[in-house]
Amino acid sequence: MAAEGQKTEGRPRALFPRWIGQTGITLGSIAFTMLGLLFVTFIIGRVMPIDPVLAIVGERASNEVYQQVYQDLGLDKPLLVQFGYYLWDVMHGDFGMSLLNARPVSEDIARVFPATLELATLGTLIGVFLGVPLGVLAAVKRGSWIDQIARVVALVGYSMPIFWLGLMGLLVFYGILGWVGGPGRVGIFYVDVVPSVTGMILIDSMLDGNWTVFRDALSHIVLPASLLGYYSLAYISRMTRSFMLEQLSAEYITTARVKGMSERAVIWRHAFRNIRVQLITVIALSYAGLLEGSVLTEIIFAWPGIGSYITTALLSADMNAVLGGTVVVGLVFVLLNVFSDLLYKFFDPRAQ
Amino acid sequence: MSETQTGWRDWLLTDTPQSRNQARLAALFQGWLSFRSNPMAMFGLGILILLLLMAAFAPLLAPHDPFTQDLANRLKPLGTPDHPLGTDSLGRDILSRLIYGSRITLYIVTLVALIAPVAGLMVGTIAGYTGGWIDLGLMRITDIFLAFPRLVLALAFVAALGAGIENAVLAISLTAWPPYARIARAETLTIRNSDYISAVRLQGAGPIRIITKHIWPLCISSLIVRVTLDMAGIILAAAGLGFLGLGAQPPSPEWGAMISEGRRFILDHWWVATMPGLAIFTVSLAFNLLGDGLRDVLDPKDEK
Amino acid sequence: MNAFSKLLSGAAIGLAVTAVALPVNAETPANMLVIANRIDDITTLDPAESFEFAGADVSRNVYGKLVNFDPLNLDAGYQPDLAESWEISEDGRTITFTMREGVKFHSGNPVTAEDAEFSLRRAVLLNKTPSFILTQFGFTPENIEDTIRAEGNKLIITTDKRYASSFVLNCLTATIGGIVDKTLVMEHEVDGDMGNTWLKTNSAGSGAYTLVSWKPNESVTLQANPDFYQGAPAMERVIVRHIQESATQRLLLERGDIDIARNLNPEDIAGVMDEGGIKISDELKGRLMYVSLGQQNPDLAKPQVRQAIKYLIDYEGMVNSFLKGQYTIQQNFLPLTYLGSVEENPFSLNVDKAKELLAEAGVDGLELTAGVREAQERLEIAQSLQNTFAMAGIKLNLTVGTGKQILGMYRARELDVYVGAWGPDYPDPQTNAGTFAFNPDNSTEAQNTGILAWRNSWDTGGLSEKVEAAVVENDRDKRAQMYRDIQAEFRETSPFAIMFQQIEQSALRDNVENFSTGQAITAASYWQVTK
Repeated sequence: MAAEGQKTEGRPRALFPRWIGQTGITLGSIAFTMLGLLFVTFIIGRVMPIDPVLAIVGERASNEVYQQVYQDLGLDKPLLVQFGYYLWDVMHGDFGMSLLNARPVSEDIARVFPATLELATLGTLIGVFLGVPLGVLAAVKRGSWIDQIARVVALVGYSMPIFWLGLMGLLVFYGILGWVGGPGRVGIFYVDVVPSVTGMILIDSMLDGNWTVFRDALSHIVLPASLLGYYSLAYISRMTRSFMLEQLSAEYITTARVKGMSERAVIWRHAFRNIRVQLITVIALSYAGLLEGSVLTEIIFAWPGIGSYITTALLSADMNAVLGGTVVVGLVFVLLNVFSDLLYKFFDPRAQ
Repeated sequence: MSETQTGWRDWLLTDTPQSRNQARLAALFQGWLSFRSNPMAMFGLGILILLLLMAAFAPLLAPHDPFTQDLANRLKPLGTPDHPLGTDSLGRDILSRLIYGSRITLYIVTLVALIAPVAGLMVGTIAGYTGGWIDLGLMRITDIFLAFPRLVLALAFVAALGAGIENAVLAISLTAWPPYARIARAETLTIRNSDYISAVRLQGAGPIRIITKHIWPLCISSLIVRVTLDMAGIILAAAGLGFLGLGAQPPSPEWGAMISEGRRFILDHWWVATMPGLAIFTVSLAFNLLGDGLRDVLDPKDEK
Repeated sequence: MNAFSKLLSGAAIGLAVTAVALPVNAETPANMLVIANRIDDITTLDPAESFEFAGADVSRNVYGKLVNFDPLNLDAGYQPDLAESWEISEDGRTITFTMREGVKFHSGNPVTAEDAEFSLRRAVLLNKTPSFILTQFGFTPENIEDTIRAEGNKLIITTDKRYASSFVLNCLTATIGGIVDKTLVMEHEVDGDMGNTWLKTNSAGSGAYTLVSWKPNESVTLQANPDFYQGAPAMERVIVRHIQESATQRLLLERGDIDIARNLNPEDIAGVMDEGGIKISDELKGRLMYVSLGQQNPDLAKPQVRQAIKYLIDYEGMVNSFLKGQYTIQQNFLPLTYLGSVEENPFSLNVDKAKELLAEAGVDGLELTAGVREAQERLEIAQSLQNTFAMAGIKLNLTVGTGKQILGMYRARELDVYVGAWGPDYPDPQTNAGTFAFNPDNSTEAQNTGILAWRNSWDTGGLSEKVEAAVVENDRDKRAQMYRDIQAEFRETSPFAIMFQQIEQSALRDNVENFSTGQAITAASYWQVTK
């Protein structure tokens, strides 16, 4: 970047507006996506045949109680007016109160989101660190036994219902062997022991220097994170293999080989360099998938994360919570996309 | 007989095709030959053919009616006489349910695989090729759908249209297309500026022709890999909707629903959930092997 | 590749090492009770608003009431709690409670008649869902100044007419009868909400425990009240963790990481019974499972069809298979242990008899839609019904949905058949009689959506009046007989096929003693538990 700046010093006026324009477009598209997301979710929330009023007043409620709550929620106002009010609140950082538990939704999300973030990040790290080399190896040794093993490993990870694997894992490693901690984020004695700074217990306990809690938290997260990691490993390794095969058959690789370049250099310096872009997209997708798609894992491991939060809210028609959760997951997702787009432009000269 | 076969073979394998159709058929045949030489892919194809047969002849193959309950004989283990794969919580024969369930599974998988990738491919390639505001607009819409928690979207969709297997399929497709669009776009972006496409453009090909004839074929390989990988996910997603009461309605022997039903007994009666799990596993394995083989055949970038 | 191989093996070894070296807790501490339960139904902990099972468990341990049940002797009925004694006036309309002296709230404020007056008036004024438990006695926001009032250390309540005094007192044992700390609550009042917002997540009681925290869908933590007037509880801390899966609860229990698992399914119960160190406790609960037939469907309105369906249910088969140990057959609307409950269960699966009845009614090829909420036991019951109905040529289509979805259809009278569950709101026969067999106005406009008979468009055929008569009868034996008569008629004529009563099976570590889930009449209590 710096070098570029020096080069264009002669005509700074051209550089400046372009930079502004790019940022403007990026910000604009984030705003657009978020607005679209909010609007669609909001509409969905209002057309769903699950009645939020009933969710609050319960089965026994008389019609009068029902009507009163209906009006309290502002459900009698036109849809767009309701959306306007909601948008105004969200812009002020207020997701409203959970209809069901009467707490600010933002507070709930601040509690559940870090739990998922911690789990999904660890899972993705495992998936990337094991999946990428496995995929590359499988592509390089295509057709060999390594390739076949990689395929079977990936397939099993992909085709196994996660709750089956999760329960079996719990049974074996926790129930029988006792190697790992059970369901939940930490053992019952360590709940609320370290002050919550980031909401991620592994990091909080490190910050606090409390290694006992750290070990306990680690023992609880190992199993679910490995499961999610396995799942993402399966996906990442398959995609890596596919991308690598494409590159390895390209002409420039043949040229490089003819030139006498070492195989290692061919693979890592040429082929792998060129798949980074696609790989980043895939990893971002998989990461985002873990952030919102680990509901079953969360349920089995009693992990109080955002996946189960949104699902529970949805099933009980707690629309403020659903909207809040959706917005947060969506925002993270959009940011991940922007990030991968930036890397894209940075790494791949062709994409510019 | 054998002479004719050789005759066809020669005609198909000729280096100098006489017509466009012959060239096309020749390419297909060569593809089939290279596909056939991949034993894993053939294995996958074999399993899927068996699955098709199983679905077609379900009433003949199934030893019992898949819906007949027998509360006195519930949760019988594997290898019980008369119930080789045991019975479920209501005493229904698991084997018969699996056999009948193959029909539903095929149905779901086929529909979703036809809808989602095609939609994704169109959106992704158009966005990637045209660029500019169209790209921006399409990708933002993709982002909106992608950024949605899938369950919310699917649930809302089914809620609006009503429960049932068809709507579940549509809902899954609706949530499944955005990743395909992104992958297709990423591919298109890297292909768009290649010399090859420039050459085609110089020859006067219009954007529609370039997208459909030149970009789509290049994107298909990654999409096929992704679709085949997604097969298990699709079946399980259908099960997930069933779990919320929005997919297959009981007593339908849909495999995913059978897993959800059986998961309660997983510690003591593991086979109730494991058998349909194995079925899903086998089918997705087959799809995967098949997809891998297809990929080699379909990918024009590959060295032959 | 080298770098990646190193990382790969490094990660693998790292995982293996941490996994092997990690500590595992063998047992919970002696002064702590850890319970696994599904607590995702809690929406509020304000006693004037709370109306869910898990919320009632919390309230029972946090709030004292005027009269209450002794967990070690539930059969004895209501006993003095914050009220030391009471007197009933000649006309049966006024009850005067004398408050117990020297009891303090957790805040240190004394419990006075004024607090009791405030708590009951507050419940009426807030008018939340459970308020009907009090307002059915004629208390209104306009008249509470006169009908609920404190005088010195006495609380005097006056009902609009004469009711069975046991009925009134039973209602006061419900969650809504919890006595809150007036001073503390009013300190947290916002916009005239009488502290409702604050009390949803905080406690202001005088019971055995104080609320430390409630994390929705995660946990409830209680701390013992050392000054509890009945003596400090042995369990100094009680943690209720939300664990959804039965299998997960079972693993935790077997490992000793929890003391009590409350939601094991029959298969897991059978599994843990073989395990050493674990015992099972059975308690009869008030929850009933029933099938109801919407009378807006002209076929279902025929008496023979209603009767036929009662013969098309495999009661025995179900309780002996997938409901094993967790439900018992009960074909009457009063759960066993309730005043006036009966054990007469005349119906059993009899396809021939059902066919005869259907032929008599001239009904053939009936096709019905049943609403079922997505819960495993109900789905299985529904599928069993589907199976047995088909034997008599009735096709039953299932519409499965989330609780709120199906409930919405039920309340809108849109279902032919509803596979439902009903739990009593307070331990008095009126709670079920008033909804199953009482429907003063069956018109659609009446919108009595809270009443089960109304939801099924059933005018009760004259039972409503009998229910009204029973509720004011002060002679206990006479009253019981009235309910027995109502149920005998109900069993034969109503569009409800009551099927089962719940048995709650809790699995406990061997060393846990005296735990009670409250049986059919109240919620779980922890203060008497020892380990």
